[in-house]
Amino acid sequence: MSLLDLVIFLPLIGFLVILLLPASDEIAKKLAIGWALVVFVLSLGLIGPVQANPKEFQFVTNVPWIDALKINYHIGIDGLSLWLVILTTFLTPIAMLISWKYINQRVTQFFAFLLLLEFGMTGVFVSLDLFVFYTFWEVALVPMYFLIGIWGHDRRIYAAVKFFLYTLAGSVLMLAAMIFIYNRAKTFDYVEIVKNIQNGMLTFTRTEELLLFLAFFIAFAIKVPLFPLHTWLPDAHVEAPTAGSVMLAAVMLKMGTYGLVRFCLPLFPGSAHDCAPWIMMLAVIGIVYGALVAMVQPNMKKLVAYSSVSHLGFVVLGVFSFTQAGLDGAVFQMLAHGISTGALFMLVGMLYERNHSLEIKSYGGVATPAPNLTTIFVITTLASIGMPLLSNFVGEFLVLQGTSQVSMIATVFASTGVIFSAVYMLWMVQRVFYGKADGNLHMYDLTTREYVALGPMIIMMVWMGVYSQSFLPAASSQNVEILKMSQDRRTVVIEKATGQGAEVLHAR
Amino acid sequence: MQLWLIPIFPLIGFLINGLFGRRLSKPVINAVALGSVALSFLWVLKCISGGGSLEEPHIERYFTWIASGDFSVGVDLMLDRLNSVMLCVVTGVGLLIHIYAVGYMAHEGGYYRFFAYLNLFMFFMLTLVLGANFLLLFIGWEGVGTCSYLLIGFYFLEKFAGDAGKKAFIVNRIGDFGFSLAMFLIVNKFGTLDFGTVMEKAHGLPVEHTAGILTAICLLLIVGATGKSAQIPLYTWLPDAMAGPTPVSALIHAATMVTAGVYMVVRSQLMFNQAPIALEVLAIIGLATAFFAATIGLCQTDIKKVFAYSTVSQLGYMFVGLGVGAYSAGVWHLMTHAFFKALLFLGAGSVIHACSGEQEMSQMGGLRKKIPYTFWTLMCAGLAIAGFPLTSGYFSKEAILGAAYEHAPWMFWVGVFTAGMTAFYVFRALFMTFFGDYRGHHHPHESPLVMTGPLMVLAVLSLGGGLFFNIPHWLEPNAEPEHENRMLTVIAVGSGLAGIALAYYMYVINTGLPNKIANTFSGLYRTIYNKYFVDEAYDSVIVNPLEEGSRVLLWKGIDTGVIDHFVNDVGRSARGFGQILRWAQAGNIRGYAAWVAFGSVLVLIAIGLVGGAK
Repeated sequence: MSLLDLVIFLPLIGFLVILLLPASDEIAKKLAIGWALVVFVLSLGLIGPVQANPKEFQFVTNVPWIDALKINYHIGIDGLSLWLVILTTFLTPIAMLISWKYINQRVTQFFAFLLLLEFGMTGVFVSLDLFVFYTFWEVALVPMYFLIGIWGHDRRIYAAVKFFLYTLAGSVLMLAAMIFIYNRAKTFDYVEIVKNIQNGMLTFTRTEELLLFLAFFIAFAIKVPLFPLHTWLPDAHVEAPTAGSVMLAAVMLKMGTYGLVRFCLPLFPGSAHDCAPWIMMLAVIGIVYGALVAMVQPNMKKLVAYSSVSHLGFVVLGVFSFTQAGLDGAVFQMLAHGISTGALFMLVGMLYERNHSLEIKSYGGVATPAPNLTTIFVITTLASIGMPLLSNFVGEFLVLQGTSQVSMIATVFASTGVIFSAVYMLWMVQRVFYGKADGNLHMYDLTTREYVALGPMIIMMVWMGVYSQSFLPAASSQNVEILKMSQDRRTVVIEKATGQGAEVLHAR
Repeated sequence: MQLWLIPIFPLIGFLINGLFGRRLSKPVINAVALGSVALSFLWVLKCISGGGSLEEPHIERYFTWIASGDFSVGVDLMLDRLNSVMLCVVTGVGLLIHIYAVGYMAHEGGYYRFFAYLNLFMFFMLTLVLGANFLLLFIGWEGVGTCSYLLIGFYFLEKFAGDAGKKAFIVNRIGDFGFSLAMFLIVNKFGTLDFGTVMEKAHGLPVEHTAGILTAICLLLIVGATGKSAQIPLYTWLPDAMAGPTPVSALIHAATMVTAGVYMVVRSQLMFNQAPIALEVLAIIGLATAFFAATIGLCQTDIKKVFAYSTVSQLGYMFVGLGVGAYSAGVWHLMTHAFFKALLFLGAGSVIHACSGEQEMSQMGGLRKKIPYTFWTLMCAGLAIAGFPLTSGYFSKEAILGAAYEHAPWMFWVGVFTAGMTAFYVFRALFMTFFGDYRGHHHPHESPLVMTGPLMVLAVLSLGGGLFFNIPHWLEPNAEPEHENRMLTVIAVGSGLAGIALAYYMYVINTGLPNKIANTFSGLYRTIYNKYFVDEAYDSVIVNPLEEGSRVLLWKGIDTGVIDHFVNDVGRSARGFGQILRWAQAGNIRGYAAWVAFGSVLVLIAIGLVGGAK
């Protein structure tokens, strides 16, 4: 039993314990948050060993699970997944903290579901077996579905079903592709499959590879979400309770981008390269489109949701630039977006708890009764729009830098997204916080509990912005490997055959 | 030399006042805010005096900020002759303005917040000036923009303040867009963002007489500079920025931040030298801005607006200097402008303070006797900006105009005409404010010493700054002294004096004349008074179509109308499945368990089928 197993399965045990224990709501809440904090503290133990050797999978457990199908429970953690796991364990207790007062129905179940969600999402980031990955992927879906469907706002059923169907449509495709691969490779084991693809033992025809790639890609693209597969996201966010929005935006969307890096690139390098121009185009459209649509939203949560479409466009753009800077930036942006957008949803939730509205127009002048809330909101806004020395800047800069090595046109259009982000965010800040307060506004400043929840978020924004070297190197050195693996095989083959690789590469 | 201490002092000041300021008394807030800037100033002086000749830059490397593959950017600070000038201006003038603000803001709410922002601004401005690579400069560049946003919107209860702050930020973002693209090209071309390496490599490349990569980089940098330094076409934010408290207008929107674009170009001069097309573009932008902003300045009636357009115009002068290759003259004007424009704004603030917040010059007049210190110091600033012989503005303006004549005589003539207009509108403002009879309804009173003190120091600098500090000699000690063309000097000085004389005639002697002229040329007057309707044009051509297009076409059209419509149709046709889910959301553990079991069975069957088929 490795530390990683403990980090993954403790939340599941916690879920069962809290659900089955006949405790009062208050005790269940305390138990849940204590549990999540223990998981977080334990997960910090993963950092040292992984940073020491980020290219190898560490804390590996590989034991048979379903013998008949040679499915192994195979998990491990490397530099790519490390920070995503930490992000999940970091945000879970915070998500609980902000739900403390907000949730007052079926409290026990709510907190239990957050732990189940943690279990599913951390599992996704460490699975080294396709079937195990799929299982965790679906497990993570369930609690989120319930969080939206039970504790959401008025149109929660519509939003939850939409969320579920969208994701399911993608994951069914992915499952089919996995089964296809299994029939060829005779295994679900990720490490083995990648090895065999790399050394040429496992090959697909061009069409096969393209279809497999697309099956995986669509599943992940829905989750990201990439334009035009994004319309579930605004509904899901608007209807979800605050904690649901936070976990959805901060972590669950990263399951999609993580999947792109972990699976689409190394498993199907040829098709990934073939499709890259189209995908980059969609990413750029998403960046600009998301920002423009965010600009005209009358609802704060929708605005932040569309801004996520825009921000995650950067991640996809970086991944499919196939450059070191692009990939590093993409991974960094995943974390930075998790922190900044997570914080934005928390803050919007706090406004909602006070004034019971998500509409921008029912606010105005909040800065006078709630100056500290305003200050933290402005700092988070600045992080979100890419102010240097705050988290998102590093990611966006590297992504655009990487993209500019490949396509200057994509870089130019994507960079306009940085302008528009300032427009929609500052406009919202102005309409919500500045001006004179309306007499109907119910507002008070941050409570101690809210400071405790927001403090770590602000610290992380500054830390990531000022000293990105705490986080980048682990991901970066693993990205070197990913890039090596995702070289277009066909080019390499031609290279070997003709000995004129440089020219071939040039011609590409 | 511990250069890092220079920006760190104000940062500490910001943290103390920002986090605890609400609970601190005013003297403590003052001590922290002023003390931190004073320490920076002293440390700057110590570094410069102890730094030797500084002809080779002194560089200190602290830690790696961003690293990815071969690309890495460090937190590296540098000190050389160029930024030593900037450091003195920023910390010196900055300190004076901080002192002044103690008096000016004494009765305002949010006192601690104001000084916290001001200190934060100093931190970013000093980072901008000290940074040894483009990205560090960019940190400062964005940071000062943010502080500018916060300070313009300081009176956030008023809608116009919020609007102005937002506008400043967004217009600057458009400039930053160009700056970022330039940085990407620089990295792709040179592999680094270090000033030293980039300039050395760029210098080794052939001069681009037809547009090439260096021209592209320089043009994109110019886009950045037009945003930060308020040049055509991105100047529109600066006049609105006057919504902020007056010390902010003096510090950020006159003396320091807006000169960042000038500094950046001078810092990159070795690259610009290889891109003459970009330099030509820069000179023309500068000249056009200088001219048009001056014409707008002729008709403004708000005292701060006059000086705001004057700032835009004077920044244009600096860019003319850079564009014609007279970098040191541009920096010289940057410094003298910091003295006299800071003084003009602080003096205007003192006038506004005296008139209880009134900014319209039609409500002033005759203040000469009532606020004599303000009057005399402002006259010094007026003489300096008009280029009166031996004042500071005289030297720097002559240097620029002389170089412009060498480059292209027509630029000199436009510059001289603009200089005449400048003298005219500045003295028009001064005469309307201080001469004639008082037209307002308040009881004007002189400002306290804490405000007039800085005015007097700046007045001395405005008059003598050109004599004391020979910037071209400091920056280019080995260059031949410019051959002085007496004729040009006489023409330029004459144009300034003519401007003053005309203003005196129209606004002191024959005060009915301006109205007559305005009525005779009412169409032209209205066009200029309304700033050529540029804001309105931007709104109707860019802003409104973008907003409406996003709302009607993208959101309601594509997002809701097309994509979601399609999705919902698919969903509706799969209603049967939806019913199952509807039931599943009942939310009990049995439902969930059943679902997982159901799904697992489905998966296993699928695997079995596929496996069996094989």
